[in-house]
Amino acid sequence: MSERRAGWLFIAPALLLLVVFFLLPVALGLVLAVTDFDIYALGDPSAVRFVGAENFRQMVKNPLFFRALVNTCYFVGVGGTLSILLSLLAALALASPLCRWRGFFRTVYFAPVVLTMVAVAVVFRTLYHPDFGLLNRFLKLFGVEPIFWLGDPAWAMPAIILLALWKNFGYNMVIFLAGLSTIPPTLYEAASLDGASRWQQFWHITLPGLRPTLVFVLITTLIGYFQLFAEPYVMTGGGGPVNATLSLVLHMYKEGFRWWNMGYAAAVAVVLFALILLVTAPLRWYQRRWSP
Amino acid sequence: MNRWVRPLLLHAALVAGVVAILAPLLWMVGVSLMPTGASQVEPPPLLPKQPTLEQYRQLFLRLNLARALGNSLLVSLGATLCAVVCNGLAGYAFACLRFRGRDRLFAALLLLLLIPGQVAILPLFLLLRTLGLTNTLVGVALPSFASVFGIFMVRQYALSIPQELLEAARVDGASEGRIALQVVFPLLRPVLVTLAAFTFVGTWNDFLWPLVVLSDERWYTLPVALATLAGEHTHDAELMMAGAVMTMAPVLLVFAFLQRHYIRGLTLGGVKE
Repeated sequence: MSERRAGWLFIAPALLLLVVFFLLPVALGLVLAVTDFDIYALGDPSAVRFVGAENFRQMVKNPLFFRALVNTCYFVGVGGTLSILLSLLAALALASPLCRWRGFFRTVYFAPVVLTMVAVAVVFRTLYHPDFGLLNRFLKLFGVEPIFWLGDPAWAMPAIILLALWKNFGYNMVIFLAGLSTIPPTLYEAASLDGASRWQQFWHITLPGLRPTLVFVLITTLIGYFQLFAEPYVMTGGGGPVNATLSLVLHMYKEGFRWWNMGYAAAVAVVLFALILLVTAPLRWYQRRWSP
Repeated sequence: MNRWVRPLLLHAALVAGVVAILAPLLWMVGVSLMPTGASQVEPPPLLPKQPTLEQYRQLFLRLNLARALGNSLLVSLGATLCAVVCNGLAGYAFACLRFRGRDRLFAALLLLLLIPGQVAILPLFLLLRTLGLTNTLVGVALPSFASVFGIFMVRQYALSIPQELLEAARVDGASEGRIALQVVFPLLRPVLVTLAAFTFVGTWNDFLWPLVVLSDERWYTLPVALATLAGEHTHDAELMMAGAVMTMAPVLLVFAFLQRHYIRGLTLGGVKE
């Protein structure tokens, strides 16, 4: 067998799987979005009709979709930003020459990343219990009145963001640590010889040195946070209270798999995809321009 | 003075972080060892007065979570094995074997990384339904058999394999299959372990896809079973905590043993490209 034949043979299984179980479904999803595929079509596929932009028209008129869109943007905007800031802060702390037991801290901070989201959500749901939860008990030490975390429309999303921070910040922290390690220490030595303050060093050495890492982290965090699903599914009974935690993926799931409005749900998925592409587009452009 | 204060403040903050990470987990274990209702009193206790395995017994005997545990193990181990073989072979081929269109194909594959999985989920469900694979464990595992990220990870690592080594094996008359299995795979061991850990943890934790594809309780994986249980037993905190411990324990164990491999895999994909 020639090297060329072997090459094709070795990539064939993976390629076939990716085409059939990823690429094809993505393409079919675009088609599904312009049909009225529903529970009747599930029984008899010949009942499917082409409806053009009808699903998108319905979506624009659907207050639930807008709720989900706003909630998702809230989660991405506030949660994503706080998460990246916390990760950066933790990475800077661990990379500091003063820091000891670095390996231990890194391991503990990273551990929640590998934990099962559903199980974590179950634990936090109990943690947020207004009367018997650990969090309100802790806050009571500071004289804070009990908060009805998951039952109060104003607090439910912050509660989910807090959970996401707890679970995810270790991921970007590790990436930031790797990015920090690529900045040559001699730059800092030279800067402090020149009398640059810590803040100046951070602003003129650390931040520019982290630029590619920061762009990468922004892209992956945006993509990840847009896919909010398991947390509200488990913690707020699927988007409550009064839809304060309904996310786009949850809206898609309910429409598609609870009511079997698969055409409409596919249209929601397309909008989500377009949104992700749109938001990450400037970052990807920047990445391509600046990467060597 | 300043020489003491700065490290002290830094480590105080770091230790506070450790407490914030560990408190919910330790509390989860504590409550899971309490008898039913014991955590729901004023003031809520932090530790069980008399630890009991009552909740775990109930999960296994009455609620059949042992079966879900078995399903999860089958799905995750099966997906891990297939992912290592498929992505391992493909990553090696993309890095070391020369064939026409290779690099263009690889660049096209990388574009797939930008597509979130949710876009594919509805048609994927319909596809598997046509194939008769909904409500089966194979259907749950199948989409994890190959991944662009896995191929990418193996390829990056395989780029360091010297061509001379492969040429020498060819001169000795070894077939391409034998070279892959006996020369290359042992060299790729570290990255394959990373890939295995990633795939195991990823499929174990996955929720949306198994939730969509499974409707029969008998095939539920642990996260789906736990979420269903959490929907039914809203006030049974002790039972839920035991279920959460059971669901997290295997991935935590994998992480404990393969921590270095796991974290290295992240940075492999992240910073260089």
